[in-house]
Amino acid sequence: MNTSVSVKDLSLAFGTVSVLQDMNLDIGDGEFLVLLGPSGCGKSTLLNCIAGLIDVSSGQIFINGRNVTWEEPKDRGIGMVFQSYALYPQMTVEKNLSFGLRVAGMPKPQIAERVTRASEILQIGALLQRKPAALSGGQRQRVAIGRALVRDAEVFLFDEPLSNLDAKLRSELRVEIKRLHQKLGNTMIYVTHDQIEAMTLADRIAVMKGGVIQQLDAPQQIYNRPVNRFVAGFLGSPGMNFLEGQVEAGGDAPDFVARNVRIPLKGYGFGIKGAYTGPATLGIRPEHIGVNTGSGWPFSAAVEVEVVEPMGSDTLVWARLGGQNITMLVSSERSPRVGEMVTIGFDPMRASLFDGANGDRL
Amino acid sequence: MHDRVALSAIPAARIEAGPQGPKPRHAFSRRNIFIYGTLIVVSLYYLLPLYVMVVTSLKGMPEIRLGNIFAPPMEITFEPWAKAWATACTGLNCDGLSRGFWNSVRITVPSVIISIVIASVNGYALANWRFKGADVFFTILIVGAFIPYQVMIYPIVIVLREIGLYGSLSGLVIVHSIFGMPILTLLFRNYFASMPEELFKAARVDGAGFWGIYFRIMLPMSLPIFVVAIILQITGIWNDFLFGVIYTRPESYPMTVQLNNIVNSMQGVKEYNVNMAATILTGLVPLFVYFVSGKLFVRGIAAGAVKG
Repeated sequence: MNTSVSVKDLSLAFGTVSVLQDMNLDIGDGEFLVLLGPSGCGKSTLLNCIAGLIDVSSGQIFINGRNVTWEEPKDRGIGMVFQSYALYPQMTVEKNLSFGLRVAGMPKPQIAERVTRASEILQIGALLQRKPAALSGGQRQRVAIGRALVRDAEVFLFDEPLSNLDAKLRSELRVEIKRLHQKLGNTMIYVTHDQIEAMTLADRIAVMKGGVIQQLDAPQQIYNRPVNRFVAGFLGSPGMNFLEGQVEAGGDAPDFVARNVRIPLKGYGFGIKGAYTGPATLGIRPEHIGVNTGSGWPFSAAVEVEVVEPMGSDTLVWARLGGQNITMLVSSERSPRVGEMVTIGFDPMRASLFDGANGDRL
Repeated sequence: MHDRVALSAIPAARIEAGPQGPKPRHAFSRRNIFIYGTLIVVSLYYLLPLYVMVVTSLKGMPEIRLGNIFAPPMEITFEPWAKAWATACTGLNCDGLSRGFWNSVRITVPSVIISIVIASVNGYALANWRFKGADVFFTILIVGAFIPYQVMIYPIVIVLREIGLYGSLSGLVIVHSIFGMPILTLLFRNYFASMPEELFKAARVDGAGFWGIYFRIMLPMSLPIFVVAIILQITGIWNDFLFGVIYTRPESYPMTVQLNNIVNSMQGVKEYNVNMAATILTGLVPLFVYFVSGKLFVRGIAAGAVKG
């Protein structure tokens, strides 16, 4: 796959505050990459650097094989969609869409053609003569996407485009963005702090924290094999369970021990560093724990149900294991009652084990 | 479940005796009397002098000598107004305030335009284009806003003399434009800074440059702040006395200085009616500006609080 956007050894600092550190990122042609992270992790800043809205302190940015590190935003072949839509309030939708083309001095018939095409794709043809103030949030966001569309940009940059919308509209537009990507096949870089958006849209996700990419991988890989405790905790809702304890030598494989609970780690794939003993954190997702599902599990234990949270299709069950909180996701029809004793079980193969000191995956 | 059905079957019983619906308000409550009383007293306090001025300017001198300053004119005459405008003597010449009026127009119009054009671009550059040294530049401007004018009067006299503009109208226009700069730049900078930053970024991605963004994005959105600036500058420059008397010669004195010369002229009888008429005439321009643009003015002042 050809690379479309390449970030090479990129660093950015405002005075003494370092925002991005030695960032390296290659984004394939037509790839949908999501930059995911908590607020202040530098994801929007990175996007602004790629767009050319912020000058970098060091490093290079390539778009389609061209070094654009010193180029103006308009010369980079990008289109950008902002969280606040950033529509020009005094212009009609049509003028908003065509502004960039008019600035570039494109002939009028060509502008009209492109505006028509974009408005057809986004189904905003009926809104062309309206001002942004007369549009709903979803319509505004569509126009904002259209503005990137008419530019025939090679790379689309989205800066939290759905964060200002309500939940229902957000999920609708999310699907539309995905459709748009499938139809256009452009490279898209999408910044969000919403893990659902990241999981549903991305070909690959880059999870960021403190100006550093923690993990760059396919969504399922990130979900199932997080490289550290931060990534594990950031993705997934309800969040992953973390049990603090020790890895001790056992029979044919090490055991994870949390107070009085001994979990055999047979089948757990240790990383390149190999087997390990010492303080560690065991992470297991709530949906990977079986509740009253027989005795076929490599590990099982009896626990008392403390709290039950019905969430519609599923129910979150809280209990204590080894003196620590643990949650399980069960289908609502099979929800246990508070105070009931249940047998839980899981396979260590599906768990993640993290170093107790630095939180890295073992 | 059963209970609820039973209750809704007899709706009338749900309303009980006692307070119900909106709370009644009394026109002559203590609160209303206090509020309206205060307002009436304060407006009288402000309007009474104006009333005295208007009635006096419409009286002849014999009637004024009777001494009833609050009495309405028995015989309305516009002669004092005509005299104040066209024939009152100020020092050497006797062509009334008309000369000063046109001088003031020639001073105010270019000063307002020049200062606002420059300050709006300044403010835009400071708010949106964080160039190197922008903060230092801004600090200097703000400090400039707090330096008393008196300190700078004499140096400016020398500067104007050296460049050969001392005593001319253009010299005064320059002075007014410069002195309007700190506060106007601050005004525009804060207004532009309150606009969403993403709008500016979007325009940059769309390829608009410094002037493109200024003229096509920022200007159309900033009518309210321009109105505020225009009002501030017109009233400020029109009402200026100090700079007018220092930096111009008698034949190019602005209206305020001429008014002073008419009112304070020592020879002959004190013509109160002419003085009053002259004063009202001088104050008419700012008054007119306020009446015409009051609504926009308020909107501009409050603009920072309104989303775009």
